[in-house]
Amino acid sequence: MAGAKNHDYHILPASFWPLLGAMSALVMAMGGIAWMHPAEMGNWGGAGFFLGLAGVLATMFFWWADVIREAHAGDHTPVVQLHLRYGMILFIASEVMFFVGWFWAFFDFALFPTQLAPINGLFPSEGIEVLNPFELPLLNTLILLCSGTTITWAHHSIIHGDRDGLKKGLWLTIILGVVFTAVQAYEYSHAPYPFGETPYSSAFYMATGFHGFHVLVGTIFLIVCLVRAYKGHFTPRQHFGFEAAAWYWHFVDVVWLFLFVSIYVWGGWGAPLYAG
Amino acid sequence: MSTTTADDFHGAHAHGDHDADHKPGFFARWFMSTNHKDIGTLYLIFAIMAGVIGGAISGLMRLELAEPGIQYLQHWVQYSDGPDATIDQAYHLWNVLITAHGLIMVFFMVMPAIIGGFGNWFVPIMIGAPDMAFPRMNNISFWLLIPAFLLLLGSAFVPGGTGNGAGVGWTVYAPLSTTGSPGPAVDMAILSLHIAGASSILGAINFITTIFNMRAPGMTIHKMPLFVWSVLVTAFLLLLALPVLAAAITMLLTDRNFGTVFYDAAGGGDPVLYQHLFWFFGHPEVYIMILPGFGIVSQIVSTFSRKPVFGYLGMAYAMVAIGVVGFIVWAHHMFTTGMTVNMKMYFTAATMVIAVPTGVKIFSWIATMWGGSLSFKTPMVWSLGFIFMFTVGGVTGVVLANGGIDDNLHDTYYVVAHFHYVLSLGAVFSLFAGFYYWFPKMFGKMYSEFLGQLHFWVFFIGVNIMFFPMHFLGMSGMQRRVPDYTDALAYWNGVASFGYAIMGVGVLIFFVNVFLSLFAGKKAADNPWGEGATTLEWTLSSPPPYHQFETLPVID
Repeated sequence: MAGAKNHDYHILPASFWPLLGAMSALVMAMGGIAWMHPAEMGNWGGAGFFLGLAGVLATMFFWWADVIREAHAGDHTPVVQLHLRYGMILFIASEVMFFVGWFWAFFDFALFPTQLAPINGLFPSEGIEVLNPFELPLLNTLILLCSGTTITWAHHSIIHGDRDGLKKGLWLTIILGVVFTAVQAYEYSHAPYPFGETPYSSAFYMATGFHGFHVLVGTIFLIVCLVRAYKGHFTPRQHFGFEAAAWYWHFVDVVWLFLFVSIYVWGGWGAPLYAG
Repeated sequence: MSTTTADDFHGAHAHGDHDADHKPGFFARWFMSTNHKDIGTLYLIFAIMAGVIGGAISGLMRLELAEPGIQYLQHWVQYSDGPDATIDQAYHLWNVLITAHGLIMVFFMVMPAIIGGFGNWFVPIMIGAPDMAFPRMNNISFWLLIPAFLLLLGSAFVPGGTGNGAGVGWTVYAPLSTTGSPGPAVDMAILSLHIAGASSILGAINFITTIFNMRAPGMTIHKMPLFVWSVLVTAFLLLLALPVLAAAITMLLTDRNFGTVFYDAAGGGDPVLYQHLFWFFGHPEVYIMILPGFGIVSQIVSTFSRKPVFGYLGMAYAMVAIGVVGFIVWAHHMFTTGMTVNMKMYFTAATMVIAVPTGVKIFSWIATMWGGSLSFKTPMVWSLGFIFMFTVGGVTGVVLANGGIDDNLHDTYYVVAHFHYVLSLGAVFSLFAGFYYWFPKMFGKMYSEFLGQLHFWVFFIGVNIMFFPMHFLGMSGMQRRVPDYTDALAYWNGVASFGYAIMGVGVLIFFVNVFLSLFAGKKAADNPWGEGATTLEWTLSSPPPYHQFETLPVID
């Protein structure tokens, strides 16, 4: 019996990456805290943070490189692929709940603005000029919707064995993602209200900012897929790495639609528009 | 012997059989593990160590509370804040102690033991699976707890608010946790929760995927043991509740360090928003701690009654109902924040609804025992203790669910008594029950039945003497989270502290039992519990092989 594995599950060899990742998280957290408190903890914080971050990124790189290697070694049987699908869907579900927290804060401020100064029952509060939702935010909406179609183009290309179409679709999606991020960066740097200080701008920057971070992560995920596409990975029947990236991209897209409708359009309704 | 990958264009799958029964070397086995049983053992060791620290902190608290006035805090504070510490710093130390006790017991004792420890060990085995769905991710779930715990412990030695350490309560309410505690200690506590939360979310993903995808042939969802059901529901609660906590404490972090005003009333923000977000997580969290206990007790009551559990489907879906309704009752923790009467009525009624599925479980356990062939082995007496104590805690929960009554009892020792009856006497009793039940299976040795029974009775008497008087103290108006009280409350406080000492003796008996059994225990049979133990772990050797079920069992 010893050694005879009569099932399709994936029994893994020992791995160093979980330990490295956890310890890097500790360095990153301590570095970040010291960075925010130089008076109490000295000025090593930034260096500690980036050292920890490097460890976390290295963990991700090596860990997922192992996953790809195992896929090519034939360890990803149909049932293991199903595991990966469940895992990704559940991860996205937890991400949805993370954004629920930010929307909760936003709607609390928007629906129940305090009657006390400096808010006086107004949302956005007195003196805030909001961004016109039908200029750059609408453009960004169209960019993300469009990127949803190009990623689907790439997906259909894989399914039909059209590697060229896969690369084109991925390139376009990545470019659209980068353009989205660039437009957001431009908008942030020209926004008429600073980070924080009022409930509106706290919720605005943190909600759209976390979305922006997820766009960045999604773009990197797509770039990894593009590199893998050039290396000849993915087959018409087995390309879960790509599908996971596409699901993630659609999730990021849907979050944006909610942000656009609730924060940009509804949330700023009636407030004076920023002309600059 | 994989049939084939979907289509494997490199054509290579020479390996796959490489290390099916081979144990790696010491470092690789314990620091780089991908084995659900080893990771479960690591979780159990971690939880026991955290439990000793968290329990020692409560010992300090009971010592200070044994008599009115401040006896010890002003001395202890010199160890944490230096010889010139003021009385205010001593009071702050009290806040640090209650915070650390709460967070350690919730995040680093109960959850790692009951989900990480027993869940990891027995969910795969009970469904007939060789391991978890994501064995490597399983290991980072464990290892992330180490930095989280170190951050929390380390926070005691850096400035917090009035003195060193995070003195904000386990609920970390703003504005005490924002403008009230400017030092880095609270940031360390917040990031500790972030990392512990990430660990639990990854664990939840792992458990749900394992339970949905890795059941042995014939193990339909309605044939799963109730412990597996309980972990499944718990995992969904973790998955959906923890990210909301992550958002809430991220807002704390940006309010503290980056100038946002989410919880800052002076800037137009809303401190009560924090409470909503926290309790939207916090209420499911209490079910996260107790549901796996329900599962363990169901297995044990059935085993030692030699009967299948009464009303299996009712038991399973009662847990689902508790999990679902648990998401829409959170504001009963906030009755005194000035909410409208209509809102109070809704949250009172919704909370009371939870008593119905909980009652289904209590009565089904009793009905399982009814007419059964009972044997009162150690796991069974702990389970009976659980049912009794949890019912007491559940009944005071129904009392507190009433918004009007809670106006009086909120933040008193009545609340402390209530949640210690459901947790210290509920969840912890189920932990001990599970530990004794599965000890022979996990370690291949029998525990001492005499010491197990002695442990139970000493512990049972101790915790009841400690916590029951807290009901009286609360009704007499004693505030929680305050280290001093009026002389009129001295008697029952003295009794409670005496109860702690008895409980401490019980814990010592536990450790004696564990070490005696590990090193000199009799070898355990594959199934020491007889025909009542019907789940799959009892079909394996004790301890099980390094990789079990290399040929999947078939369930009829």
